[in-house]
Amino acid sequence: MKARVIVTLKNGVLDPQGKAIEGALGGLGFGDIDSVRQGKVFDLDLRATDKAAAEAEIAQMCEKLLANTVIENYAIEID
Amino acid sequence: MKTAVIVFPGSNRDRDMFHALEFITGTRPASVWHTESELPDADLVIVPGGFSYGDYLRAGAIAARSPILKDLVKKADSGVTVLGVCNGFQILTEAGLLPGALMRNAGLNFVCKEVKLETVNDATRFSSSFQKGQVWRCPVAHHDGNYFADADTLKAIEDNGQVVFRYGEGTNPNGSINDIAGVMNAKGNVLGMMPHPENLIEDLNGGTEGRLLFESLLAKAA
Repeated sequence: MKARVIVTLKNGVLDPQGKAIEGALGGLGFGDIDSVRQGKVFDLDLRATDKAAAEAEIAQMCEKLLANTVIENYAIEID
Repeated sequence: MKTAVIVFPGSNRDRDMFHALEFITGTRPASVWHTESELPDADLVIVPGGFSYGDYLRAGAIAARSPILKDLVKKADSGVTVLGVCNGFQILTEAGLLPGALMRNAGLNFVCKEVKLETVNDATRFSSSFQKGQVWRCPVAHHDGNYFADADTLKAIEDNGQVVFRYGEGTNPNGSINDIAGVMNAKGNVLGMMPHPENLIEDLNGGTEGRLLFESLLAKAA
C-alpha cells in the first residue's frame, strides 16, 4: 500500500524559505502570486493491507517524528 | 559538580563543552554516546551543539528520538539540570522538554558572529551569577535558531519568567520571536539557548562572560 504524507507549516508561522521562493518567482516574471509556503512530502511504501489501520499508524508516525506539531500540520493520503 | 555530555553523530561542539566543563569544574565530564540507554549519575547533563544527523528532517529531530533521550527525559522529569546549547536546544525542543520550536533563520543565512545577550531572569539556577539586565557578549553559530512559539505558549513562558536570555541591543541574528535566545521549562531545570557560553570561558577566548552561566550551576550544585 502506498501512502503520501504532506507536512506544511501552520498558519501564522513565518516561512522565510517560502518568502524567498516567492521573491525568486517574482523575479522570473511570475508576478501573479499572493504567497508561497514550502512544505515536505513523504512517500511511504507500506506492507499493511488494512487502510484504516495504516492511516492510524501513519498518524502516529506524524505525531512522533514526521511533523513537529508545534509548527507543522500534516495530511495523509492513501492510495 | 558531576557533569555528562551526550554525543550524537554530527555533534561538533562537544569538545568545546568538555573543555569548558573540565576547566570550570576541575573534573572531566562523562561522555555519553547517543545509543546508550542510561545516563551516569550527574548534576548537570549537557546536549551540545553541532549538526546531529546532518539536520535531516528538522534540526535536532532524529537525535531527539535516540535511545539516550528516553533516560534524559526521565532524568529531567526527576529534576536533574539539563542544558542544551545550539543543536542541543533544537534537540530539547524536538524532544518536548522545552516549549516552542527552532526554525530556519529569518535571513536564511547561516550566522556565525558575536551577539549581545541580556540576562532577563537572574533568579534561575542557570543565571544566578549574572545581574538582572546584565548585557554580555556571546558567540552564535547556527542556521536554525529562529525561536517560535504560538501566542498562548509565548504568553505563558513570558509570564512564568521562563525566558532567561534575550538578544540585546538590536543583535537578534535569526528573527527569534520576542528576541528570545534562551528559554527554560516551567519547572526551571531545563534550559536551551542558541548562543555558545562554552566559547567564552577563559581569557584566550577573548572574554569570560560565558563562565557566569556555569558558575551559577556550580553554586547551585555546591
